[in-house]
Amino acid sequence: MNAALRFAWRALLRDLRAGELHVLALALAIAAGAVSTVGLFTDRVERALAGQAAEVLAADLLVESSRETPAEWRNEATRRGLESARTVSLRSVAVVGERTQLVELKAADSGYPLRGRLRSAPAPDGDERVETGLPEPGSVWVDVRLLHLMDLEVGDRIGLGVSELTISRVLTFEPDRGMNVFSIGPRVLIGWQDLAGTGLVLPASRVHHHLLLAGEPTSLAGFTRWLQPRLGVDYEIEGIEQARPELRSALERAGAFLNLAALVSVLLAGVAVAMAAQRHAARQADGSAVLRCLGATRRFVLLAYASELMLLGVLAGLLGCVAGYAGQALIGGLVAGLMGGQLPPPSLAPALVGLGVALATLLGFALPPLLRLGRVSPLRVLRRDLGLPPLPGVAVYMAGGGAMVALMLWLSRDAVLTGWVLAGVLVTLLALTAAAGLLVLALRRLRRRSGLAWRFGLLNLARRARGSVAQLLAFGLALTVLLLLTVVRVDLLDAWRAKIPPGAPNLFLVNVQPDEVGALATRIEALTGDTPALYPMVRGRLVAHNGAPIDANDYPTPRARRLATREFNLSYVDQVPESNRIVAGTWWSEQAPGAVASVEQGLAETLGIGLGDRLRYRVAEREFEVTVTSLREVAWDSFRVNFFVLLPPEVLEGFPATHITSFHLPAAARAGLGDLVRSFPSVTVIDVDALLGHVRRIVDRVTLAIEFVFGFTLLAGVAVLFAAIHATLDQRRYEASLLRTLGARRSGLLRALAVEFLLLGALAGLLGALAASGIGWLLAREVFDLPWQGGGLLWLFGPLAGMAVVGLAGLAGTWRVAGQPPLAVLRRG
Amino acid sequence: MRTAEAKAIEARKVSKRVAAPEGMLQLLDGVDLQVAAGESLAVVGPSGAGKSTLLGLLAGLDLPSEGQVWLDGHDLATLDEDGRAGLRAGRVGFVFQSFQLLSNLTARENVMLPLELAGSDAAGDRADEVLARVGLAQRGAHYPHQLSGGEQQRVALARAFAPGPRILFADEPTGNLDQRTGATVGDLLFDLNREFGTTLVLVTHDHALAARCARTLALDEGRVVE
Ligand SMILES: Nc1ncnc2c1ncn2[C@@H]1O[C@H](COP(=O)(O)OP(=O)(O)O)[C@@H](O)[C@H]1O
Ligand SMILES: [Mg+2]
Repeated sequence: MNAALRFAWRALLRDLRAGELHVLALALAIAAGAVSTVGLFTDRVERALAGQAAEVLAADLLVESSRETPAEWRNEATRRGLESARTVSLRSVAVVGERTQLVELKAADSGYPLRGRLRSAPAPDGDERVETGLPEPGSVWVDVRLLHLMDLEVGDRIGLGVSELTISRVLTFEPDRGMNVFSIGPRVLIGWQDLAGTGLVLPASRVHHHLLLAGEPTSLAGFTRWLQPRLGVDYEIEGIEQARPELRSALERAGAFLNLAALVSVLLAGVAVAMAAQRHAARQADGSAVLRCLGATRRFVLLAYASELMLLGVLAGLLGCVAGYAGQALIGGLVAGLMGGQLPPPSLAPALVGLGVALATLLGFALPPLLRLGRVSPLRVLRRDLGLPPLPGVAVYMAGGGAMVALMLWLSRDAVLTGWVLAGVLVTLLALTAAAGLLVLALRRLRRRSGLAWRFGLLNLARRARGSVAQLLAFGLALTVLLLLTVVRVDLLDAWRAKIPPGAPNLFLVNVQPDEVGALATRIEALTGDTPALYPMVRGRLVAHNGAPIDANDYPTPRARRLATREFNLSYVDQVPESNRIVAGTWWSEQAPGAVASVEQGLAETLGIGLGDRLRYRVAEREFEVTVTSLREVAWDSFRVNFFVLLPPEVLEGFPATHITSFHLPAAARAGLGDLVRSFPSVTVIDVDALLGHVRRIVDRVTLAIEFVFGFTLLAGVAVLFAAIHATLDQRRYEASLLRTLGARRSGLLRALAVEFLLLGALAGLLGALAASGIGWLLAREVFDLPWQGGGLLWLFGPLAGMAVVGLAGLAGTWRVAGQPPLAVLRRG
Repeated sequence: MRTAEAKAIEARKVSKRVAAPEGMLQLLDGVDLQVAAGESLAVVGPSGAGKSTLLGLLAGLDLPSEGQVWLDGHDLATLDEDGRAGLRAGRVGFVFQSFQLLSNLTARENVMLPLELAGSDAAGDRADEVLARVGLAQRGAHYPHQLSGGEQQRVALARAFAPGPRILFADEPTGNLDQRTGATVGDLLFDLNREFGTTLVLVTHDHALAARCARTLALDEGRVVE
């Protein structure tokens, strides 16, 4: 054992010095690098999300209700070592002299916020500071918008309910401020002690009570179990899992996708490892025969050579982890901005996964050829012509392949996505293999009529047909990915942008009060020359479907649960709005349609709503029931105001409503926007141009991150090329020397090599273009519903990129072959 | 399992046949031989006579189609491959026409190898000692490709003798060397053989070298000829 390890260590050092194992090490480092980059990165994002989610709640756990939470619950939480705090939120009116303003009032108990921090400033343009406490008794902190809306300053007094309080600071940040743009009244924050004095919390008033909790996960879980049976219908628990679900699931998908991208690199690296290990094993055959001859057992031989590789695997894997660390820092930097701040520092575990992947790749792909060394006959020392035992069949690699699939499943945690990616890779591989085989066949015919350099270049490709097909595959695949991320992405984005009609609305105004509708419409018309449509909007909760009370647990998907239980924005209209189309049932006529509703078909599908179903809504403490009489298809990408549920005016007209509108403001008329905002201070403006710009920046950055990860795929492709070149290096050396002895010039040999590799690169580029346009077409048609223009650039860019990468790498790998003095090589035989 | 007479090597009616495209090929046909401990035997014959095949069978690198071989008193047919390897470890040395040094080990490490395989703790010291004995004390750190053919074969000699083997098999040890170097290596081989009292089986074309052995066995077309 010891002797075998010592032997392995010495052999490793020597082989590394001699450059024997560089390709193997490179491939392993790439595999480890790709996986650990993604692992480290997604781990950081996940932890950032968990942290952010906690901040979004201002707690780890929240109990929400329209009633006060029993004191017993808080005592129980304290008993279990949890921190707790209470808040009460309600909509109220602030009064200063004659002026009034709707505000979102919040009273908070000491300790709030349990997670995250409040920030405030002494004046609207003063220096912000992080707060550790809450407003003093008798004082309030307010949103800067309140100061603007009511023309106030810090130090002024405002009336809230029956009390009057002094504005002491400007509240600039509140972790649990919701993202809902439709409920923005300026925030007013007071201390718990002043709540009772306002007289606003009465039995009938609409108030949200929150009990905030934070502490150890196990204590929280214990408390949750204790609390669950006591909740009844009035109380609801919200945990981190429920916070920012859309971002969470999007990033989970992205993480799964990145992991799979990394695993494509691992697969390619595995191919390189298999090729390099085959050559390594072949070159060790003599040595292992000598070892057996000197009395080494089969076990010793296997142990020695396997240990050498495992040691190499650990070294290369660690190297890859270092690369992964650098890589994740890079994409972490790219994405941190999108996440709204810093990511937590990377942890160790994901890097170790990278190391494990390197070792698994080694075991799966390098061990089979190596196992042959144990079967080399010692007789080989006497008879050099004794061949190696037969190469392992495809079946031996099944273990490696199976391990890869298991790894993919584990890392992506998504069987469906993994299946699609695997199927995609397989189909692409099959198509590429067939195409590559045909190309190589065509080359064979071509070489009969061409010059010397061409003849040798083509000869090399055609003779090593199997190797050539493998290289074409690896490069074709890597280039496919490259092209998808560059040309195809740009084409799709352009097509998408082209699809937004030129006059599409770029501004949304929400929170328009009923008495402002007329004046605002006139102003917009003056600005744009068009009469805008202002839609009334009433917020209501779906309480029953066909008579059955809504229960979130009845819905299968999180999306459905969310849609069913959140507040709906209901609107009422006479006519079918523009960009809407009735797909089932009939639209109500203007004469007394009765209690009916029209539902967007996507929502109807998600929530299982059909024609004739009865929906019961609660709006402002009143309930009513409507029957679904039509389903609509909505062109969401028209960027117009649209609603999931529309009702006839007579059903909703009595309820308090705000209005919403959208319109297109040409860039030239932008200057008028400021005036409009000042004239209607309570109206919230949503700038779609800015939003689109933001979306584009996100897409760009995410693509950059993905491109970075696919950079590993490209590197793995280069490793495959090097492995393939290396596998033929001995033979190439020998042939080059023979040719030179026969009078061939160095320049001639180099030309032949250049022909071989440039041709290989061009063909791989063509294959890549073929696959990329196939995938692009599929994406455009099936996923994005866009016209596919064919990406003419692909056919130019693909071969050029292929020639550049493969040509350079190929020449770099064989440069010395052409330059070697023929004698040295021939003598070595 | 030692036989009564302390023969180092004994072969009885050893034949070797292999399947070839033209049918069965008879490489060896009923070869008998005995080598006493400490004795030296030269095996001569034209190229293709079956000398290397015989050597491989005697050393247990392969098994005969018929007949029996005893090595250091052990019936090779009763041992499996690893058993035969274990029998060779530290007890049997080899020198080959093509040197067969491990290219990824230094001269010193090559010499240490059989010692380590035999479980010796002082492999390094012993290797230095034997390298000095073959006149390569300064070259221990060199790799095979940095040495001339004669030097490589001297390293191979050091490697073969280092564990103090009872039996040494040499297959045309001077075949790849020019005459002068060959003569030097031949001298060294017989000097060491005398010093260590090793049993020697030497396959060679070189009649001068064969003449230095106590006995000669002539092979032709797989048969012993007188
Ligand atoms: N396994 C084998 N298969 C086919 N032919 C073999 C095999 N082993 C040896 N031979 C042939 O048998 C003959 C004797 O070989 P060998 O013992 O190497 O001869 P020598 O060492 O005397 O030159 C040669 O012609 C050789 O090619
Ligand atoms: Mg021979």
